[in-house]
Amino acid sequence: MSEDIRNRIIEIIAEQAVIEPSDVSMEQSLEDLGIDSLGLVEAIFAIEESFDISVPFNANAPEESEFDISSVGAIVEAVTGLVAAQKA
Amino acid sequence: MRRVVITGAGTINPLGHDLPETFAAMKAGRSGIGTLDFRDADRLSIRIGAQVKNYDPQTHFSRQELVLFDRFTQFALLAAREAMGRAGLTVEGALAERAGVVLGNSGGGLGTVEDNYRTVFEEGKNRVHPFVVPRLMSNAAASQVSMAHNLRGPSYTVASACASSNHAMGQALMLIRSGMAEVMLTGGSEAMLCFGGIKAWEGLRVMSRDACRPFSANRNGMVQGEGAAVFVFEEMEHAKARGAEILAEVAGFSMTADASDIVMPSREGAARAIAGALRDARLNPEDVGYINAHGTGTAANDKTECAAVAEVFGAATAGLMISSTKSMHGHLIGGTGAVELLAAVMALTDGVIAPTIGYEAPDPDCALDVVPNEAREARVGAVLSNAFAFGGLNAVIALRSAP
Repeated sequence: MSEDIRNRIIEIIAEQAVIEPSDVSMEQSLEDLGIDSLGLVEAIFAIEESFDISVPFNANAPEESEFDISSVGAIVEAVTGLVAAQKA
Repeated sequence: MRRVVITGAGTINPLGHDLPETFAAMKAGRSGIGTLDFRDADRLSIRIGAQVKNYDPQTHFSRQELVLFDRFTQFALLAAREAMGRAGLTVEGALAERAGVVLGNSGGGLGTVEDNYRTVFEEGKNRVHPFVVPRLMSNAAASQVSMAHNLRGPSYTVASACASSNHAMGQALMLIRSGMAEVMLTGGSEAMLCFGGIKAWEGLRVMSRDACRPFSANRNGMVQGEGAAVFVFEEMEHAKARGAEILAEVAGFSMTADASDIVMPSREGAARAIAGALRDARLNPEDVGYINAHGTGTAANDKTECAAVAEVFGAATAGLMISSTKSMHGHLIGGTGAVELLAAVMALTDGVIAPTIGYEAPDPDCALDVVPNEAREARVGAVLSNAFAFGGLNAVIALRSAP
C-alpha cells in the first residue's frame, strides 16, 4: 500500500510540475519542482480525491499546517499517516 | 478631443471561430442556431440555441490553463488573441501602463457554477476543485486577457445584462478620450449555454422553440447564443503613428436608463440612447446608413426598438437599413453587443450589410428596411449598434468610416 501511495503522489506532483514521474525524487521540495501556490492547492485537491482523505492545509499559513509539505518524501509520509488514521 | 479608432478585431461565436469565418457567414446569411447539445438538454423545454461548434479547448490551451479558464474566459482569450494579432500590436514598456481591458459579460463562469453545484448538491460530494472561485468570477476573462497581453492600466468587467458589451466598449472609448489610456481591449464574452443557463431563461417564457425571427410578424421569442468578440480600441494619433490599419472610428456613445420596468423595454429610454449616440458622434440621422439592431425577436423589443428608431430618425428613416444578426448568432447576452459590432464594422469595411434571416412576414409595427434574409451591398459612412438590456439599461455605439 505504501508503495501505491508513493507512486500516486509522485504522479500527482509530476503532473503539476509537467515532468515525468521518473524525474521526481523524494528529497525535492515543491519549490525545486517549480510548483507554485496554485499548483500546491491543486495537488492537495488531487491527493484528497485520490485517497478520499481530508488534508489539513491552510494556504495562508503553510508552515503552521499539520501537513508537512517540505519535500515530496514528507508529503508521502503525511499522506500515509492520514490514510492509516482514516482506516483505524 | 482625442479620437478613438478600432485597429483590430477578433471573435469566436456560433458563426465562426475567427473574424473571416464570421464575416463570411454574415454575408451568406447562415444560421448558427441548432439543437442544443449538452448534459441534461433533454430536460429542457427549449431545445435550440447557437452553440460554438467543433470547438476543442485543448487545441488552444494547456491543461494548466484550462483548470483556470471557464468557457467564457476561453472565448475572451481567443477573441483577444486574434484582435491583437490583427492590430499588429505588442504591448510593452511604458505603453503597458496606458493599456487596459474592459469586457462585458453577464453570466460569468456560469458553467463552472453549474458543474460544482452538481458536485455538492447532486452528487453529494463535500469537496470542490480549488480553482472554482478564480474560474467563476465575472472578471476572470478580463483579468486573464490582461495577463495574456501585458495590459497594466484600467481593467475591469461590466455587467448590464444584454447591454454589457456595449457599456464595456463605451467605457473603453471614454477611457481613451479622457486620456486615461492609449489602448483598450474591449468587447464581451458569454457562455451561458448549459442546463441551468437555459432553464432559468425558460422560466421567463420569452424563448422561441423554433427560430429567432426578428421583426417578422410571426416572431415568437429569442434564441440564446454564446461566444465572444474583442476589439482593439486605440487613440487615433497613436494608431496612425505606428502605421496601423484603421477599421473604423468609434465616433460616439450614449447610455440611458428607462427607470421604469425590470424587463419591459421603453421606447423613450431607447430613443434617448440612440439620439445621444448621434449627438456624441456629431452625426445627423441622414449620415447613418445602417443600424445593427438589438432585435431580439421578442414581440416587445422589436416593435419598441422600431418605434424608437423611427422617432429619432424621422424622415431619414426612409434611407436607413436596420438588421438583427441575432437571427444568425443568437442572443449572446453579455457578449452580444461585441459580436454585433462586428456586423457594424463589416458594413463600413466591406460595404456589406448583414441580413435579418428567418424573416417571413412583415409586421406593421416594424415597418423599417430590416434587410430581410439576404445580405446587401451598400456604401455607408456611419453606423449604430443598439443594445437594450433587461433592467432598462440602454447603450448605443456609433461608428464612422476610417478617417
